[in-house]
Amino acid sequence: MDFSFTEEQGLLRDSVAAYLADHYDFDKRRAAVKSADGWRPEVWKAFAEDLGILGASFPEELGGLGGGPTETMVVMEEFGRALVVEPYISTVVVGGGLLRHAGTDAAKELIGGIIGGDVLTAFAWAEPQGRYSLFDLKTTARKDGAGWVLNGQKAVVVGAPWATHLIVTARTGGAQRDAQGVSVFVVPKSASGIVMRDYPTVDGRRASEVSFENVRLGPEALVGEAGAAAPLLEQVVDEAIAATCAEACGVLHKLHEGTLEYTKQRKQFGQPIAAFQVLQHRMVDMFIQVEQSVSMTYMAHIRVGEPAEERAKAISAAKVQIGRACKFVGQNAIQLHGGMGMTDEMAIGHYFKRATIIEGEFGSTDHHLRRYERLSLDKAA
Amino acid sequence: MDLDFSPQDVAFREEVRTFIAENYPPELREKQKSEDALSKEDYFSWHRILAKKGWATPSWPVEWGGTGWTPTQKYIWSEEQAFADTIAILPFGVSMLAPVLWTFGTQEQKERFLPRIRDAIDWWCQGYSEPGAGSDLASLKTRAERITGDDGKEYYLVNGQKTWTTLGQFADWGFFLVRTDPNVKPQAGISFLLIDMKTPGITVRPIITLEGGHEVNDVFLDNVKVPVENRVFHENQGWTCAKALLQHERSGIAGVARSKRNLERLREVSRTEPSDDAGPLLADPFFKRKVAELEIDLTALEFTELRTLAGESSGKGPGPESSILKIKGTEIQQRLTELALEAAGHYGAPYLRDVPHNLAATIGPEEAHGVAGVYFNTRKTSIYGGSNEIQRNIIAKLVLGL
Repeated sequence: MDFSFTEEQGLLRDSVAAYLADHYDFDKRRAAVKSADGWRPEVWKAFAEDLGILGASFPEELGGLGGGPTETMVVMEEFGRALVVEPYISTVVVGGGLLRHAGTDAAKELIGGIIGGDVLTAFAWAEPQGRYSLFDLKTTARKDGAGWVLNGQKAVVVGAPWATHLIVTARTGGAQRDAQGVSVFVVPKSASGIVMRDYPTVDGRRASEVSFENVRLGPEALVGEAGAAAPLLEQVVDEAIAATCAEACGVLHKLHEGTLEYTKQRKQFGQPIAAFQVLQHRMVDMFIQVEQSVSMTYMAHIRVGEPAEERAKAISAAKVQIGRACKFVGQNAIQLHGGMGMTDEMAIGHYFKRATIIEGEFGSTDHHLRRYERLSLDKAA
Repeated sequence: MDLDFSPQDVAFREEVRTFIAENYPPELREKQKSEDALSKEDYFSWHRILAKKGWATPSWPVEWGGTGWTPTQKYIWSEEQAFADTIAILPFGVSMLAPVLWTFGTQEQKERFLPRIRDAIDWWCQGYSEPGAGSDLASLKTRAERITGDDGKEYYLVNGQKTWTTLGQFADWGFFLVRTDPNVKPQAGISFLLIDMKTPGITVRPIITLEGGHEVNDVFLDNVKVPVENRVFHENQGWTCAKALLQHERSGIAGVARSKRNLERLREVSRTEPSDDAGPLLADPFFKRKVAELEIDLTALEFTELRTLAGESSGKGPGPESSILKIKGTEIQQRLTELALEAAGHYGAPYLRDVPHNLAATIGPEEAHGVAGVYFNTRKTSIYGGSNEIQRNIIAKLVLGL
């Protein structure tokens, strides 16, 4: 049994942390989030060129550094600490994860683009009617000669305004909620027939409502086999959830540390408020939640490579823990900061907002609790 | 022990319902649906309509404009307002300052200020908290020294800073706690002053809160001259007024009727919002159970409030038990916003405050707009009016005698 990181992973963490300390402090982030574009392409370039982290989790034969989920975890925890808005998960984990399995020359080329920082992907999976179900799809792709014609509407596609390509789930067969008949396409954003309505999100990102109106795609747009993408999609989304849990750990650490720091310096009734037992116990409970979240995030990364059912169970269990911790730690961080926690000026509220959105990302706590129930308990019953 | 409505009560409910339906400004209703901030005129418009009808200040003594309604009628009144989605009458003048004035004020002060509060002529704000005095309010440092002005009259010269002043950007007047004697124990050196916000030396600076709104402010007081006759009650006995006011603030804070309305809205939304399993969200056993638990919690709060009101009408003022209402009331308000955000699913994430209306209207269902902002903003309720931790201290000390 070993929960330690390799020396390389330690160096990776240090270099990411050092870069973010220099280039991603709270004021710089705030300015970027408020800017017209809402992100900093030069930071992305630095991720590719100076840090090499866009290729950290890709195999060497694809031009990566030969790492895996643990490298992603290390990066994402640091990103959580700095509230990085740039679309690492949707590009590297989802886009890269799906393309890696496609095996075509077109896909390899796109992976080269991802590693080099020139290709950014946004994951267009959710639909207005489907809530957190991956397979509830009204978006269709119809065979058209050698290629495809895409029609449909995707909801809250985070990072779409920044992306060069959209990863789109669409139905090529089956009924609206069937796993069978689901396909994945990689769609250049420049394709004609794409209509995007962009807007900011409460946690400082940008997203779009994306409509596809008879968007014509070549055969190379299809990722994997037509109509059989469901297992791959579930696997890659589980990997993305694991990475999101790692990001959440960074956010949770900052919420807890910030609260400790604030309550030690804030004085009321002639003493630091951290001296009050009721607040001490609250901060201990927050700490327990943070530690449990770190444990579940490790667990998730250890099991993310297991067969589908075991993997899904582990990932959903981790997401339930993370979701609950995000709520409890987030809410109490604000509460213990008092009025100051309510201000836009202090960083703590921005961590709380990110934590709140993470609760629902790739499925809410209830969604994953139910998935866990189905996999773990219903089978035994 | 009964909760039956008499025929008169039923008729009263009908009268109230009709009046609201016929008189509530439609343009205000439209604005409430958007995320646009309400203007001072918006806030005052409904209050003034009620003032004309004589219903702006039901809880006041009849001689100053109270309606003399029974507790049942007041209960009906707050329910009907909530269910008609009217904007709330702002509490600062009507339910916070006014009781202090009629309890501790001079006849001149009552005559000068109460009618203008009732008729929504003056907008009042609260100058209590300071950067260094939040939960420990009595440690406040804003200083008021007696001086004789060039006109030979007596003044207080006020210097200091107040914070979290809600809607202070609109205020004509403010009621302030200031230190008039720094050499005694903190509670014994505080006075209660009424300050004209147009007085030279007052600066109001916005504080933007985490959801992006401008509701609260810092208020800086730099050599602000306040006529001595604007002090309520005796010098150095302002803490008595402050405490009385806080108890009124706490009992109003339960917000049962509004929470009932929001619960109804949550049920409506979750009947149309899809669950993961294609049915409506309200058919999802996990979500349904949370709504049921919340309803039960709210019923318990409602009956606790009714018991408190029954006690008040039999002559007891709101006591330290009102802290229960504050704790449970705000917890329920917060839980409602949590579930509303959860119900919105993906569409909880868009931040549409600065997005043009015609674009925003195309992004997700209308009922999801702003739910995250409301959730974030509502975190304040367990912090303001004496944090919920402080409320527990009050119950421990004053009710349980610990």
